[in-house]
Amino acid sequence: MTDTTEPTGNHSPAAPPTASASRVHLDNGGGAPLHPLARQALLQALDDGWADPHRLHTEGRRAARLLDGAREAVAAVLGARTEEVRFTAGHASALRDALVGTAKARRRAGGDVVVGGTERAAVLHAAAAAAQAQEGERAVVGVDRHGRVDADAFADRVARPGVALAALQHANGEVGTRQPLSTVHEATRAAGVPLLVDAGASLGHDVVPDAWDLLAAHPADWGGPAGVGVLAVRQRVRAVPPAPEDADPWAPGGVSVPAAFAAAVALQATEADRAAQDERRRLLTQRVREAAAAVPDVEVVGEPDDRLPHVVTFSCLYVDGEALVTELDRAGFAVGSGSACTASTLEPSHVLAAMGVLTHGNVRIALDRSTTEDDVDRFLAVLPGAVRRVRDVLGVGGL
Amino acid sequence: MSAGDAVVVDARGLRCPLPVIRLAAASRDLPAGTLVTVLSTDPAARHDVPAWARMRGHATVAEAEVTPDEEADGGTRCVWSLTVRLGADS
Repeated sequence: MTDTTEPTGNHSPAAPPTASASRVHLDNGGGAPLHPLARQALLQALDDGWADPHRLHTEGRRAARLLDGAREAVAAVLGARTEEVRFTAGHASALRDALVGTAKARRRAGGDVVVGGTERAAVLHAAAAAAQAQEGERAVVGVDRHGRVDADAFADRVARPGVALAALQHANGEVGTRQPLSTVHEATRAAGVPLLVDAGASLGHDVVPDAWDLLAAHPADWGGPAGVGVLAVRQRVRAVPPAPEDADPWAPGGVSVPAAFAAAVALQATEADRAAQDERRRLLTQRVREAAAAVPDVEVVGEPDDRLPHVVTFSCLYVDGEALVTELDRAGFAVGSGSACTASTLEPSHVLAAMGVLTHGNVRIALDRSTTEDDVDRFLAVLPGAVRRVRDVLGVGGL
Repeated sequence: MSAGDAVVVDARGLRCPLPVIRLAAASRDLPAGTLVTVLSTDPAARHDVPAWARMRGHATVAEAEVTPDEEADGGTRCVWSLTVRLGADS
């Protein structure tokens, strides 16, 4: 290895602390640690479910049984039929294929795609592409200061002629705010417009109401493995899959059976103690909200009550988000951020921007099921000092 | 300064949170009612200046995308102009 810019083990001064036991990972949205039961299931399925589930031999049928069982388990949690649920190559591709495929099937109704302003980027981009392909427009419905979509405006927009479909997240993974899903779904049903619900930040943490026509979910968010997604399509909904000629039209080439099986086992496990985890993590995020708000010029953002149990976000005035993430990392705490300076682009989080809250100095926390009270207390003990130090570097005292 | 004139803070080329910090520093000793305009090439300033104004009791009164100054910027950068009217508790 000749690349001298790479950290070289213990010799690099830039190497992160090696005592991983003392690390606290608070950036679990979209990528939680593998649930212990998912790890077991994954290992078992690597032994039992490695074969192609479309083959007719014993090994293939064994893999097919694992996959069918996984679909059935996810369907049970969603209140769907097994045949309405399939696994995909990932969450983003499930969202994209659902949007594009439904728009295609609905082209006679029109080409417009209605979305909420704080949908994830994959939805916003796919909605634009789907609308453009059908010569319609992407209509983005605004949100309030808490990131909650304007349900009346959403209802008005889907009631207009020419709408192919609408998309709304169950809850926002950056700020935790739940959307008025049931109200919006009533409106889309009345208008005869299918609603795609992004449950990528909520399934496995929160009860997803039966208020969707298509639904996408994200196993890595609830402690399943990465590299697999979930797409559920109600039987009454028409959608053109991305590869109609493939044996797996919604996941051409098929998905990883072990990953799908482990994802389903993880979801069952999270469902089993969801109520207890909900209460426990709600108390912890409430503690973070109160402690962060007590730091001078820190604004906690997102709906204070009607929210996900495990997500909390705040923005610190006059703070460089990248510097704060680095400072907290140095202290042993991994957090996310929606600030532009922490992203690969210059653009800050479109979610924070749509809400009209500070985009700089942003800290995003998603507690894992394994996050302890002690983890949170230790984080809160270092937070005020970390904010003060990065502010001092910029010399903002008295502003 | 004549009525309607704004104090101008040139934060072009600075990245977040520096435009807001320059704006806050320039506004610190100015009386309530003063108009302060910040020029920024950082897209985050479009969101952060109004948010700062809200948190500090000021009002954002104008926002515009300015034609790039070809001499100063080579015509390549978008420049945002945001004007706030300072409140009493600045």
